[in-house]
Amino acid sequence: MNELKISDNRAWFFVVPVLCFVLFSSLLPMMTVVNYSFQDTMGQNNFFWNGVGWFQNLLDPTTEVGQRFQGALVRNLAFSFLVLTVEIPLGIAVSLCIPKRGWTVGATLVIIALPLLIPYNVVGVIWQLFTRTDIGLLGTALRGLNIPFDTRQDAASAWFTIVVMDVWHWTSMVALLCYAGLKAIPDAYYQAARIDGAGRWAVFANIEFPKLRKVLVIAMLLRFMGSFMIYTEPFVLTGGGPGESTSFLSIDLVKTALGQVDLGNGAAMSLVYNLITLTVCWIFFTYTTHIDQRKGS
Amino acid sequence: MQKSLSRSIGMALYIVFLFVPIYWLLNMSFKTNTDILSSLSFLPPHPTLDNYRKIFIDPDWHASFANSISYVLINTVLSVGVALPAAYAFSRYRFIGDKHLFFWLLSNLMAPPAIYAMPFFNLYSAAGLFDSIWAVALAHCLFNVPLAVWILEGFISGIPREIDETAMIDGYSFPRFFVRIFLPLIANGIGVAAFFCFMFSWVEQLLATTLTTVDAKPIAGMMSRAYSAAGLDWGLLSAAGVLTMIPGAIVIWFVRNHIAKGFALGRV
Repeated sequence: MNELKISDNRAWFFVVPVLCFVLFSSLLPMMTVVNYSFQDTMGQNNFFWNGVGWFQNLLDPTTEVGQRFQGALVRNLAFSFLVLTVEIPLGIAVSLCIPKRGWTVGATLVIIALPLLIPYNVVGVIWQLFTRTDIGLLGTALRGLNIPFDTRQDAASAWFTIVVMDVWHWTSMVALLCYAGLKAIPDAYYQAARIDGAGRWAVFANIEFPKLRKVLVIAMLLRFMGSFMIYTEPFVLTGGGPGESTSFLSIDLVKTALGQVDLGNGAAMSLVYNLITLTVCWIFFTYTTHIDQRKGS
Repeated sequence: MQKSLSRSIGMALYIVFLFVPIYWLLNMSFKTNTDILSSLSFLPPHPTLDNYRKIFIDPDWHASFANSISYVLINTVLSVGVALPAAYAFSRYRFIGDKHLFFWLLSNLMAPPAIYAMPFFNLYSAAGLFDSIWAVALAHCLFNVPLAVWILEGFISGIPREIDETAMIDGYSFPRFFVRIFLPLIANGIGVAAFFCFMFSWVEQLLATTLTTVDAKPIAGMMSRAYSAAGLDWGLLSAAGVLTMIPGAIVIWFVRNHIAKGFALGRV
């Protein structure tokens, strides 16, 4: 947002349509959730005040719900961490490999963007077909190498599959973002580096990486949020199993709220879950605007 | 020269990594279930189009494809339509609460759909919209409207405001200026925003399947038909998977030159 803006509160009129939509699709449902999170029901639309009972359940590791929620939260954080540590460096590497000019540029971009456009449940189906030990290419290959692998029995295999699947699905987005960032670097920088006799690594460390920092923050934010809300792919792939080993927050939440119609616990879970994403979002947001201001751009 | 060679090898390896699982899906979609389960082969031993035929002759599959495409299109038009004026306001004017509002909009982009599954179910049932394409189209606005605002704001900020002022001096009324001069200028941005709305609505499954049962069943809901008491119909599932990839592939081909720009959300 630039500084040449005019102060005019009538601009609110332009924002009204968006507000109507977002109030209907976000605030209204959220109010229902807040309602449920403080109330208990005996069914038949009879609700009574329950205070913070549901939240206490979540924080208490001795209750069944609390145990499940905390387990899912830890798994989700571990998953996001793993996925980010693989996808960000790999995405940067891939973006550096995208051709610089010629017809191959467009073709490469289209090809690597393809996984992003596959519906989430199809992504799950693809990886299920690919990793099954009886009919899948990867599954049978790993079996052939005598590596114990079975996404339906073995938690480590399930995790391996889900992480590889996510890397397959989303590294392209990081690569495309970085590519856009790289394109924004003026040629003069590279020419100066060539005159100074800088090697490939020096160019990357001193020119490309610092210029990519802003894009990388966006990429990390999007990937963190994406991996933190993952639902359909692990659900199709393993159904959250084996056991509870791949039950992430979303899966647990849908199971609680829609599966068991446990409204109170489901609502409390939703709010805590939303609060975590909001906090992280806010930290990233203030951090990026902070960089903007410091760089004066 | 060596540099570009290693670069090409790196790219080739990554593309192979992307395509092997897709190839496996394609491979299985041309096999019969007996072939799928009996032995592992890199090409279908008895290539068949039966899986695709099943989908093409079944009106339920047609309906689900039509449902999916309808709610995606409705959502794209709605999202871009309401986002345009808002993006213009955020980009050109300072007004009370603008920064907070912008952040609040973005925070919706980050909200996990699972949180909304239960309240949406109640809300749309109460509004009598449950099991209609409108329910899904509206539900997807939750993340597509903020996204469209964000992308368009970036593009609009790239257009100097002198253009707005010149048009005003030339006697254009605001609506006429917006439609005749401004929209053509940001046509690229509208294209990119529409593409992203299309893409996110097309791939989203949790809300789409929660809000529909019979009449507005999306393609994702239809795919569960391959899971039956008799076991999984692997061939059918693969063929349906292949077909759902096609709209995305077509759309991406048309916007290939703008993709990278859109991914940078107009802010790099």
